[in-house]
Amino acid sequence: MTYRRPTFRHPDLPKNERGYTKREYEGGISTLCAGCGHDSISSAIIQACYELALEPHRVAKMSGIGCSSKTPAYFLGKSHGFNSVHGRMPSVATGANMANRDLTYIGVSGDGDTASIGMGQFAHVVRRNLDMTYIVMNNGCYGLTKGQDSATADRGSAGKKGVPNPFESIDLCEVAIQLGSGFVARGFSGDKEQLVPLLKAAISHKGFSLVDVISPCVTFNNTQQSTKSYSWVRDHIEATATFDFIPLMQEITTEYDKGSATSVTMHDGSILNFYKSDDSVDVTSRRAAIDALEKHREQNQILTGLLHVNEDLGDTHAILKTTQSPLNALSEQELCPGAATLQHIIQKYR
Amino acid sequence: MTPIQGTNDFVIRFANVNGSGSASANNLFAKAIFRMGIPVSPKNIFPSNIQGLPTWFEVRVNEQGYLGRRGGYDFVVAVNGQTMRDDYEGLNSGGYFFYDSTRPLPENYQREDIIVIGVPLTQLCNQEISNPKLRQLLKNIVYVGALAALLDIELSVLTDAITTQFKKKPKLAAPNIQALELGYTYATDNFTDTCRLRVRRSDMLTDEIIIDGNSATGLGALYGGATVVGWYPITPSTSVIEAFSSFASQYRRDDENNIRAGIIQAEDELAALGIAIGACWNGARGFTATSGPGVSLMSEFLGLAYFAEIPVVLIDVQRTGPSTGMPTRTQQSDVAPAAYASHGDTKHILLFPSAPKECFEMAAQSFDLAEQLQTPVIIMSDLDLGMNDNISKPFVWDDNRRYRRGKVLSGEEILSLPEKWGRYRDVDGDGICYRTLPGNHPEAGAYFTRGSSHDEYAGYTEDNATYAANMARLARKWQTARQYVPAPVVEMHDKGIDDAMIFFGTTTQSAMEALDTLKRDHKRFNAMRLRAFPFQEEVFEFIHDHERIFVIEQNRDAQMRTLIINEGNIHPQKLFSVVNYDGLPITAAHILKSIETALSTAAAEPETAHKGGSQ
Repeated sequence: MTYRRPTFRHPDLPKNERGYTKREYEGGISTLCAGCGHDSISSAIIQACYELALEPHRVAKMSGIGCSSKTPAYFLGKSHGFNSVHGRMPSVATGANMANRDLTYIGVSGDGDTASIGMGQFAHVVRRNLDMTYIVMNNGCYGLTKGQDSATADRGSAGKKGVPNPFESIDLCEVAIQLGSGFVARGFSGDKEQLVPLLKAAISHKGFSLVDVISPCVTFNNTQQSTKSYSWVRDHIEATATFDFIPLMQEITTEYDKGSATSVTMHDGSILNFYKSDDSVDVTSRRAAIDALEKHREQNQILTGLLHVNEDLGDTHAILKTTQSPLNALSEQELCPGAATLQHIIQKYR
Repeated sequence: MTPIQGTNDFVIRFANVNGSGSASANNLFAKAIFRMGIPVSPKNIFPSNIQGLPTWFEVRVNEQGYLGRRGGYDFVVAVNGQTMRDDYEGLNSGGYFFYDSTRPLPENYQREDIIVIGVPLTQLCNQEISNPKLRQLLKNIVYVGALAALLDIELSVLTDAITTQFKKKPKLAAPNIQALELGYTYATDNFTDTCRLRVRRSDMLTDEIIIDGNSATGLGALYGGATVVGWYPITPSTSVIEAFSSFASQYRRDDENNIRAGIIQAEDELAALGIAIGACWNGARGFTATSGPGVSLMSEFLGLAYFAEIPVVLIDVQRTGPSTGMPTRTQQSDVAPAAYASHGDTKHILLFPSAPKECFEMAAQSFDLAEQLQTPVIIMSDLDLGMNDNISKPFVWDDNRRYRRGKVLSGEEILSLPEKWGRYRDVDGDGICYRTLPGNHPEAGAYFTRGSSHDEYAGYTEDNATYAANMARLARKWQTARQYVPAPVVEMHDKGIDDAMIFFGTTTQSAMEALDTLKRDHKRFNAMRLRAFPFQEEVFEFIHDHERIFVIEQNRDAQMRTLIINEGNIHPQKLFSVVNYDGLPITAAHILKSIETALSTAAAEPETAHKGGSQ
């Protein structure tokens, strides 16, 4: 049995503004279990990048270790990828971003990789407001080591072994809002309609964006007693508000009823339009966003959609006041002060 | 009782309370001697504390240029009540005990073999210094003034130094100079001809500088083109980063006053190295600096960088271990752990600077080496070199020098290749493959970097033969590295000599002094100074040329000796061990005594010595 994707391309495949077909955003064949939520997320990432017309080679894919962290091999095959060490993707992504601020950084991690071993690095990459999109493929368990509970498993939720998790769970979205992330969203791998625009908006956001995606583990955590199973999530899902994401380059064709929509202009000029219902959340308020998460939690519901957005924050480069050119592209002349300056410098040590 | 006499040859110890402002006064003293052209080596022996605990500053003045720690002290400025008794007892016979005589010495201070010099520092300050806030600080300057009179230091050198120091705050210069003169006058009036130790202007130093190793390393990183720094505060490495930041903020500004470097204080040492690795993967020159505890934490990432072949520079300013150990004392005890850091078969390039000039040069060179060899390079400095001011030859830079970026292919170059490019394909036979940088080309060069087993095309593999072939290639690359790293320095290699010493880093000064002493005693030794790991063939040839080799180092377990035995397949009996591991810099006296003991033991057991020599 071979795992090779045919190289044949239909000549009439539609192309995006930059002339790329969707196929050009694909990667290798997935080796995850059939029905894994992660594969749906990979496919949503492909769709989002295609629709945003990113140049595939200008994207860097970063990941840690685990089932989720394998997925960068399954999308954007023309991008460089870095499958680093367990829980340490944020630091590697930080260094990569410092070296070249002009690329788009998409990080993929899991709930074990982020909420346990990588909790420290996760917290600090949020604080730094690194310009990256951090996608958590959240299944509440350690898939690669056969289904142990993770730190995002809800108290009382049980996987394949049937033992309810006795510990409190970590809500990564709530943590990220508290740590000052300027873009926090939650999606569901089974709802691509919502997930693709969320990813597009997250990638367009300048600074750190978190997209926590509930992604059922079909092998170890898709049971009746699990709160991360397809059926439980479908029965308990709630959305903040419906919204549209209009990339900068796209012509605005639809007329909106101004009274029903709130708009947020993204850093790159793209626009987010929210269509609020009566009890919807003011996502631009940090406090309201946390309240909404807690309220739905009390009601045994999973709140999804865009949870919080703040377009006024500077990213790490802005905070550190680094030069506009990518640091990896500076010439020797720009880097090395030279022999004469050296003699001037050491004069201070005489 | 004979008072110790000597010109430009003595050790003076300052016993102070940490955080009392003594450091700048003591540095002023050392710098004055340096500016009089006399070789001087100040060593700060300080506590892991910010304020209140005892701290010592030991200055060796030596016309012959021996700058290692000597041991013992001939003069003590005992201004810390907590340690005064010990400072008093520890003074060499015939030495000089200097104290603040505002309060009389306790009655049980009855040594008759020393000279006591009492200067009422507190009283002088209370009478003469009008600003009460300054009195405590200026007490330190008063004793420097008194020392100038006692030791014949040119007062103008001191006043010039103060004027320069307070160029930006001229209001502070006047009270400092006043304090200096207070002490000078008092000692001149009361202790004429008391002290037989003298400082006399010398021409031993001409164009030298005096600088701490960490500043030199930071400057070297700047010249080496480093742009991304991930770091986590840890003594004694922090000042490497502070120096780099300070130099970068002065010499790396663009037209908009933005900085051409990204310096990130990370959440821990793991992240610090992760940041440097991410940057290097993406084509920048990145580094981090740490000490032993950080190296332990960074081991995971070192293994990744070794296996995924990502260049990165790590500066290890070693301190006394294990665990937290003595954070403010020196050792060379990370040699073995750094050489083989991380699980699985891993080996790392180590560089051993012995003076600030080498800190500068090796820091700059390390980025070339890391990129040429696509692997971590660890600079093994230590607290003694890193945090103390050391006399050094001036640094030089050749403007024609170009950074060596190693084997990097652009997408265009890949497209023009006759055969398929593979990230881990060894086409040149040296074990070093061609890498590409993200974002370079739409069609060619993308690959997946991973710490899991990979084939020549960077694809995941569990094929045993493919895995083994890759590991064998990494071993081949290690052999190539031997030609790239700095060669050892043969300090002495005369024919027909059976005994030799091998040393490295900060052990050098004391080892060279011991070598001179042995020579004077007509005991002939050859000597080699190691500068890098892996060892070159000439290291093993040098060992084979001798019967007995003394490996001198500053750790308990003779780590460098172990490394040599292991890497060169050397018979252990041939390598004798001279170690010092109490946290203070090694002395020539200790080396000589250890060699003498080893030789007499060997003489008592001729058979053992013979076996060792027959290797």
